[in-house]
Amino acid sequence: MTNGLVINDLRVSVEDKEILKGINLTIEPGKVHAIMGPNGSGKSTLAHVISGRPGYEVTGGSVTFDGHDVLEMEPEERAALGLFLAFQYPVEIPGVTNTTFLKTAVNALRKARGEKEMDPMAFLKMLREKAKLLQLPDDMLKRPLNVGFSGGEKKRNEMLQMAVLAPKLAILDETDSGLDIDAIRIVAEGVNAQRSPNRSFLVITHYQRLLDYIVPDVVHVLAYGRIVETGGADLARRLEQTGYADYTTAA
Amino acid sequence: MPSTTETVETVHAFTGGAYKYGFVTDVEMEMAPKGLTDDTVRYISAQKNEPQWLLDWRLKALALWRTMEEPKWAKVDYPKIDYQELHYYAAPKSTKNAPKSLDEVDPELLRTYEKLGIPLKEQEILAGVAVDAVFDSVSVATTYKAKLEEKGIIFCSFSEAVHRAPELVKKYLGSVVPQGDNYFACLNSAVFSDGSFVYIPKGVRCPMELSTYFRINAQNTGQFERTLIIAEEGSYVSYLEGCTAPQRDENQLHAAVVELIALDDAEIKYSTVQNWFPGDAEGKGGIYNFVTKRGACRGKRSKISWTQVETGSAVTWKYPSCILQGDDSVGEFYSVAITNNAQQADTGTKMIHIGKNTRSTIVSKGIAAGKSDNTYRGLVKVLAGAEGARNYSQCDSLLIGDKCGAHTVPYIESRTPFSTLEHEATTARISDDQLFVCRQRGLSSEEAVALIVNGFCKEVLQNLPMEFAVEAQKLVGISLEGSVG
Repeated sequence: MTNGLVINDLRVSVEDKEILKGINLTIEPGKVHAIMGPNGSGKSTLAHVISGRPGYEVTGGSVTFDGHDVLEMEPEERAALGLFLAFQYPVEIPGVTNTTFLKTAVNALRKARGEKEMDPMAFLKMLREKAKLLQLPDDMLKRPLNVGFSGGEKKRNEMLQMAVLAPKLAILDETDSGLDIDAIRIVAEGVNAQRSPNRSFLVITHYQRLLDYIVPDVVHVLAYGRIVETGGADLARRLEQTGYADYTTAA
Repeated sequence: MPSTTETVETVHAFTGGAYKYGFVTDVEMEMAPKGLTDDTVRYISAQKNEPQWLLDWRLKALALWRTMEEPKWAKVDYPKIDYQELHYYAAPKSTKNAPKSLDEVDPELLRTYEKLGIPLKEQEILAGVAVDAVFDSVSVATTYKAKLEEKGIIFCSFSEAVHRAPELVKKYLGSVVPQGDNYFACLNSAVFSDGSFVYIPKGVRCPMELSTYFRINAQNTGQFERTLIIAEEGSYVSYLEGCTAPQRDENQLHAAVVELIALDDAEIKYSTVQNWFPGDAEGKGGIYNFVTKRGACRGKRSKISWTQVETGSAVTWKYPSCILQGDDSVGEFYSVAITNNAQQADTGTKMIHIGKNTRSTIVSKGIAAGKSDNTYRGLVKVLAGAEGARNYSQCDSLLIGDKCGAHTVPYIESRTPFSTLEHEATTARISDDQLFVCRQRGLSSEEAVALIVNGFCKEVLQNLPMEFAVEAQKLVGISLEGSVG
């Protein structure tokens, strides 16, 4: 059994159109991988398929996490394994406060793992500490989830959820999109604070900018449903110069 | 009201099940023969040892009822009821044939109790297991009762009130909901079984939430419940009705009448959490609940506030209303109505502004799932003299799935130019994205629906007394089980 995420020849279609055409990717615990690529290359599809969003048809290949066949699991079971997705477009849930949402999530995960519910006071204390690290004001915890949040607040709130739920693998789906440079720095600091030998990250981004702050161990380029190049952090910097034109023509 | 308090009433509600199968044994059981005649009414009245005036009042109602027709305007559909095929009176039920332990109780029911977080002991009581815990609750009730009597508060069954406070009953019975008000209220007036009576004297603030649990001689109030609450000048009372645990009953037709009277500066808060058996997935065997609830703000600056959470019944027909007679009086209606499977609910309120500067607020949250139909029907009426009247109405509907229906039918009539009326309505659907976000964070799809719906209903639920609210939240989730996925 291999620990971490192992994707083997993954093929995915949406309405009979093949989006992912045989992805191979292994992310070991503690590593930060970045996936870059042009629009429409299948980056978000990969994130969604790993986390179990309905609407995709897996036509071939496998995805395992710590040896578990995640494609056979419900989204909430994958979450209980420690898979987390920071959404590109965080969704609003009116009437449900941030605090309530996170408390419900924490306790649902603990229940699935056979642990006791968290003491409400201990939870609040932990939540406030994490919020402070991300420079989120206390009143945001009392507001309904993402309702009336600015774009930057929504993304930072995704990072708060990641900090509170403490996943083993966090997938960041274009978390930097729509953020100004200060917000990017805050998000990156949030991620860096959580890097640890048993937590891995898959950072999906369009731009190299975020990777100035979150320095990846491995960078992949995804184009037309395939990983076309893999390298170190310097690959991202090179792409900043050349763009994706090489890959689009090659495919 | 915590789950620990619903006992006495529901013990009887549940032994109803036992009674159904065990009636042939030699239980001391009194039952009126089938059908509805003057003799039925006489029989009921005699069983309760009622005075002549009350029997006459019932007979008058029956005569009137015979001239009336069953209303058809509600958006509900049910088989024709044969009123001559019903029983109209059954005495309190015996626990003789009750299950001996929880092992003998329907596991489906136990699963629901567990989800509601009802302690084991309570489960036994609710399921009608023959335990003597009922006596514990009676002794608790006795303590409270002494406390209430100290303040001059009368809180007893309706039947008892007829003997204990005949002048009050005579003065106020039918004064808010007249006999001929509507078909079901009229039927109730003829054959009402029992219910609660509350009297709060002048200037007294009732020191506790009143619920049927504390009514020491509480008995199954039967299918035709009659409740009367009178709040004298400057008094306050909060009354809780119902139970979050699903109540089964062998009587399919329920037609209750509730009358509230608030005099000068008095306030009545009436909260209901009702979870009558909705029937199976097709609605078979579910309760028909045709209720008339109305409060009269007779006094100046008086206030009546209705809060209801309706999750049960196959058919619900219910419009808790306020007649705002006194100048500066206030009426409120906060409602959550959930329908799933084949349930049908047509519910709302009426706010009748008569006095000057009267104010009313309506917040209605309708949730429809399965192939159910959920209708808000409300009337805001401002009479010519009601200068300065204000109303704010908000009706929100939430749809789960694509086979259910939500309907909003607001009627607004204003006869004075000096009034302010606002109406807002929204319809939303639980989106796949919302569900996925919740599930990605670890919630099951049922937990996700419960969370989202509770958020939707929050404004109403937070009006419930604290402990009741906690149970109502769980109930919201349970009512919608199986609605997604």
